[in-house]
Amino acid sequence: MMETIGYVFPNDLHITWSLMIVIYPYITGLVAGAFVVSSFYHVFGIRQLRPVARFSLIASLAFLLVATWPLLNHLGHPLKGVNVILTPLFESAMAGFGFLYTGYLFILLLEVWLVFRKDIIVYAKRTRGWRQRFYRILSLGVYDISEEALQTDRKVTTFLAAIGIPSALMLHGYVGFLFGGIKANPYWSNPLMPIIFIFSAVVSGIAAIIILYQVIMKLKGFVIDRACIDTLCAWLWLFLIVTVSLELLAEISLAYAKAEDWEIVHQLLQGPLKFSYLGLQMVMGALVPFILLGFIVLMKRSMGDKVTNTLSFTAAGLLLIQVFSMRWNVVIGGQMISKSLSGLRELYVPGMFEKEGVVAAALIMVVPFIILLLAEKFFPMFKFSEEQTREFQDSSAPGD
Amino acid sequence: MKTANRRHFLKSFLGLAATAISTAVISVIPGFARRCQAVTAAAPARDLAGYNSRRHLYSYIIDLHKCIGCGSCVQACNRENDVPPDFFRTWVERYQSGPGSEKAHIDSPDGSLYGFPAATAGVTGVTKAYFVPKMCNQCSEPPCVQVCPFGASYKSPDGVMLVDRDRCMGCGYCVQACPYAARWINPLTHVADKCTWCYHRISKGLQPACVLACPTLTRRLGDLRDPYDPINKTLEEERMGVLQPHLLTKPKCYYIGLDKEIR
Repeated sequence: MMETIGYVFPNDLHITWSLMIVIYPYITGLVAGAFVVSSFYHVFGIRQLRPVARFSLIASLAFLLVATWPLLNHLGHPLKGVNVILTPLFESAMAGFGFLYTGYLFILLLEVWLVFRKDIIVYAKRTRGWRQRFYRILSLGVYDISEEALQTDRKVTTFLAAIGIPSALMLHGYVGFLFGGIKANPYWSNPLMPIIFIFSAVVSGIAAIIILYQVIMKLKGFVIDRACIDTLCAWLWLFLIVTVSLELLAEISLAYAKAEDWEIVHQLLQGPLKFSYLGLQMVMGALVPFILLGFIVLMKRSMGDKVTNTLSFTAAGLLLIQVFSMRWNVVIGGQMISKSLSGLRELYVPGMFEKEGVVAAALIMVVPFIILLLAEKFFPMFKFSEEQTREFQDSSAPGD
Repeated sequence: MKTANRRHFLKSFLGLAATAISTAVISVIPGFARRCQAVTAAAPARDLAGYNSRRHLYSYIIDLHKCIGCGSCVQACNRENDVPPDFFRTWVERYQSGPGSEKAHIDSPDGSLYGFPAATAGVTGVTKAYFVPKMCNQCSEPPCVQVCPFGASYKSPDGVMLVDRDRCMGCGYCVQACPYAARWINPLTHVADKCTWCYHRISKGLQPACVLACPTLTRRLGDLRDPYDPINKTLEEERMGVLQPHLLTKPKCYYIGLDKEIR
């Protein structure tokens, strides 16, 4: 017998949207966030982010390629899912998915191709056998790498990155809108929802890049660029502050207005979601990284590289947990409120091996990293870091 | 040489694309044809065995003064529509309050499939108690239909919300959008399921199972387009309310004797 608080409508005892619908916005958030990092360099000319600019672009693509997987695994009839693209009915917010997804995928693929075009052509000339054929196909038959052509590439890249930002944010803001537009659910129905989703997406993207960059540099034995980490941390701090302020504002305005919805939402936040909302989303995932990143940003002159790396790694890790718990609290927490508004369902715990369980989620989350590994095999993304390391070794060698 | 290479590449690329597209089209067409049939079968705009959905507009009245909470309607519905256990196309709630109780105590054990136990722990000195049957409100502005991305949930011309089982992909968005918790994903068919006012019966001129099973005439279904249907007189003369009117979903399920706590 299920433990409930108050009265729950009989059909509300079931959780319709499972762990899969938690990781779906998490993945699209990483897509948008990683793209924003790469655009910091490509559009806004933040030179310090050069070491991660190419990598974050590919990371965005890697996450985008698996973004639909949790959805397909969730659907009762995944093959019918194609109807969203073939015969959409635009009265529904969900019908926008096909356009937003394919539009952004197209922009991203084109940008990746332009950024890596020179490399592809060089490899197509240098390699032999099937590898050469592979690079030749990717070159699309264009072998012009004159300075003039590359200049055009850069111009188009900047343009694509610029229109890519709204596309990426729309793709993710749309996910927030799916929840924010449901007037039946007091915890979801909130015009701030898409905005919160977008900002927290950028937080998760920057945090993921900080962690992956440091791990990859360690594995490859390259130097971690201090200016790059400092810049990423500063942006992460800013986006963290905006995100958490908005998240708090959403609840504070509900509480202050003494809205009918607040009567049940506060029971949820102070009851079953106490740990994941107050503990993870607000204190451990927001307050602690806020302090850690504050140290890095305000005291960067007096802080050693090792300390900076450790602190930023910890803060970024906590923020990845913060964003995940935010997704969890919205998707699962929202469904725990019965539409009777006078009761809460018991906490949903996903099974380990069920179709939409923990193992399935973990498997899906691993795939982007496999894609990144493969991508690194064919298109080395850290050539700039390699050069930096060589320069660093050359300059420090005579002194030793 | 360069141009020849490019031409060769483009040729093979176009060939590949053509194959992919034709495969996609061939695999989609049978499904599409089936879907067209399904739509006409489920929502017959023209005569289907003498039934014309445009000539009817249904409405439902529930008189809360009459309900005794026996659960016959729930049983009849489950049997008529093969409702799987723990899911409900209709259910009955009980509201109990006494002097000084801030909020009514609400319960609906097993959706009242077996009626209600005589006493509920924690409620003493009950001065007000009543039963409330619930079901799909067949809203005129249905949020469930609005959110369905490709019309698998749709409004029939006679005002009944239906689900095209051949088309629904089971995303559950309509389940989230319904403010009355009247929808659910059927664990056997993996598509959205809900009360249809027994569409298979009313389209033959019969009454829904719940209406027939009710021993106290709490539930009534009527046709607004039929001037001789007594429901028109009741709607004109009686005071009644709808559930959650602030959401502006405009339900076609009207309640006589509604109380403030009923949502």
